[in-house]
Amino acid sequence: MPTPHAVRAARFVADSDRAHWHDQALWFVRVKRDRMAQSLPEWEALRETAAGIKAHTLSRLGDFLEQFEERAIALGARVHWARDAAEHNAIVLSILESHDVKKVVKSKSMLTEECHLNPFLERHEIEVVDTDLGERIVQLAGEPPSHIVLPAIHKKKEDVGEIFHRFLKTEAGASDPKYLTEAARQHLREKFLASDAGITGVNFAVAETGGFVVCTNEGNADLGVSLPKLHIACMGIEKLIPRAADLGVFLRLLARSATGQPITTYSSHFHGPAAGGELHIVLVDNGRSKILESEEFRRSLNCIRCGACMNTCPVYRRSGGHSYDATVPGPIGSILGPARDAKKYAGLPHACSLCGSCTDVCPVKIDLHYQLLTWRGEIGRRGLLPWSKTIPMKLLAFVLKRPWLYALAGRIARRVLPLVPRWLLYNRLNDWGRQRELPQIPKHSFREIYERRQRQSQ
Amino acid sequence: MIERMQVGLFIPCYIDQFYPQVGLATVEVLERQGVEVDFPAAQTCCGQPLANTGCLEDARPLARNFFNIFQKYEYVVCPSGSCTAMVRHHYEQFFPGDHDFEEFSHRVFELCEFLTDVLHVERIDGKFPHRVGLHQSCHGLRELRLAKSSELVAESFNKAQKLLGSLEGIEFSELTRSDECCGFGGTFAVAEEAVSCMMGRDRIFDHERAGTQVLTALDMSCLMHLDGLLRRDKKTMRVMHVAEILAGREV
Repeated sequence: MPTPHAVRAARFVADSDRAHWHDQALWFVRVKRDRMAQSLPEWEALRETAAGIKAHTLSRLGDFLEQFEERAIALGARVHWARDAAEHNAIVLSILESHDVKKVVKSKSMLTEECHLNPFLERHEIEVVDTDLGERIVQLAGEPPSHIVLPAIHKKKEDVGEIFHRFLKTEAGASDPKYLTEAARQHLREKFLASDAGITGVNFAVAETGGFVVCTNEGNADLGVSLPKLHIACMGIEKLIPRAADLGVFLRLLARSATGQPITTYSSHFHGPAAGGELHIVLVDNGRSKILESEEFRRSLNCIRCGACMNTCPVYRRSGGHSYDATVPGPIGSILGPARDAKKYAGLPHACSLCGSCTDVCPVKIDLHYQLLTWRGEIGRRGLLPWSKTIPMKLLAFVLKRPWLYALAGRIARRVLPLVPRWLLYNRLNDWGRQRELPQIPKHSFREIYERRQRQSQ
Repeated sequence: MIERMQVGLFIPCYIDQFYPQVGLATVEVLERQGVEVDFPAAQTCCGQPLANTGCLEDARPLARNFFNIFQKYEYVVCPSGSCTAMVRHHYEQFFPGDHDFEEFSHRVFELCEFLTDVLHVERIDGKFPHRVGLHQSCHGLRELRLAKSSELVAESFNKAQKLLGSLEGIEFSELTRSDECCGFGGTFAVAEEAVSCMMGRDRIFDHERAGTQVLTALDMSCLMHLDGLLRRDKKTMRVMHVAEILAGREV
């Protein structure tokens, strides 16, 4: 039985041109990242430092969160704590309702995606407009982002032209990126001007200052919170770092890893509300403290959401972000997914060839492919593996535990397989043979030849 | 008489069954370096297919067997980066706190690293006048660190290429993606058949563009997958395990 990912991936791969285009587009980002990383001789030391800072922060996360809350309040912000997505959404709604907000602009936040905030607010008759260009594209298309940094990476410019023609009344068949971007710009300008509140994510929150940083390339976070009086910043509790000095480490790693830029165009620092405005910070757990408790998976909270593991993942590049059916796709998503719902996402750790490229590319040194492997074992332990996997493996183990049976089975297979007609050998159930030849079967195994060789030499 | 170094030969199950010539080449390469090779016939499989599927309890007895069979050797050598990595990096969970195992795991080597790191072989006599594409099998690359991976910022090195490069007449292909995965990935090859085959064909395309005549790797499993695609697509590119080239086999 193929996993849901395998089914969706096969569908993606079936459009070979598009799959190759998708692979090339992301590989291009990986190459840009390589160039940037290779230009810093201290790259590995930076990664090591970042991982160390994260490990230290996570070891006393509660203390740092309280410190952050205290300092943020001192700066005039209001701090809210949300146990899960529902609490987060309810808090955001109540803030918006108390200000009679009808229109919200939002800059990119994977957390609000994770909490499904948009549909929740829309159900309460509040308009939410994503202002990141890529996010706006997928929002108009009615799709979730397929990548955490490049939400519309699965869309070609022609696709964007069609979406904009439908919603923004651009010319039919237009695909010039400059023209389309300008149309989006004009459209978003209106939304910015008409908004009653701005919601942002948080890239880094600093415990010692009570401030936080939002990184964008389009300046949409600044614009979104400069015009309205109300700013709500939503962050997962793992976004914390202890000191402002630590920012230097992470900002240098983030943009280089994410898009191959030395730094994001805008790194916006917020310390308390703007003059005459209100700032609310919502701290969200939503399963993070459960991950924090686990020795094996704790390091996955190091993640700074740069997306480098997606860009480098040979499977992600060829299967598309939507094949994972999770808020965060790719290698890190295949670890976070099962942590949230092991049953629903039991197949994701298998959507991986265990090549380890993600582990080597990760700027905060999450041992991604080891964690994916650990999840496979965990899923087995919890009895969530399908019988189509467990039964053949039990049989295989039965044979492999008995050297004589193993040797005999091999001898029989080598006799029988060459006699099987091709049409029968390459049957519908032979997934190996659909596009590949089976190995040419030798007359004798290594052990048979070796034994003969030893006898002769004596 | 000087006592010869004796190594236990660890032959992956699929090499034993499908690619005996790779096992024999490994024996010859080692014997030419004056090493006494012993193949304990009680071995079957390291259990990686089971462990990577998540069936850890099924893999456990195989790990036990492996340790019992090979513990007595000074060194264990294997013509596979992946199977070596299984023992060295992933067996620990089956032997928690076992110092004997911990000590043993450092004596298990992939063939090329055994040659370069233990025997300090600088060059291999012989010739191979062909354009060779060296596929960097992932577990050898990123778990055993047999070469520098393209993601890391560090000085370049490549143990297999160093050995191969000493052969007369050999040339290496320059790839656009120097160490992308071929898509074999064990059961991944069938569980994610579509992506696996696309990955394999993309690697082959890169090698074709670079003029590869002989595609080689430290792992026959990657080559089994790539060869399956090459033969289905009726391509002329040949695959050979690194051991076969080092043993002086003809194309």
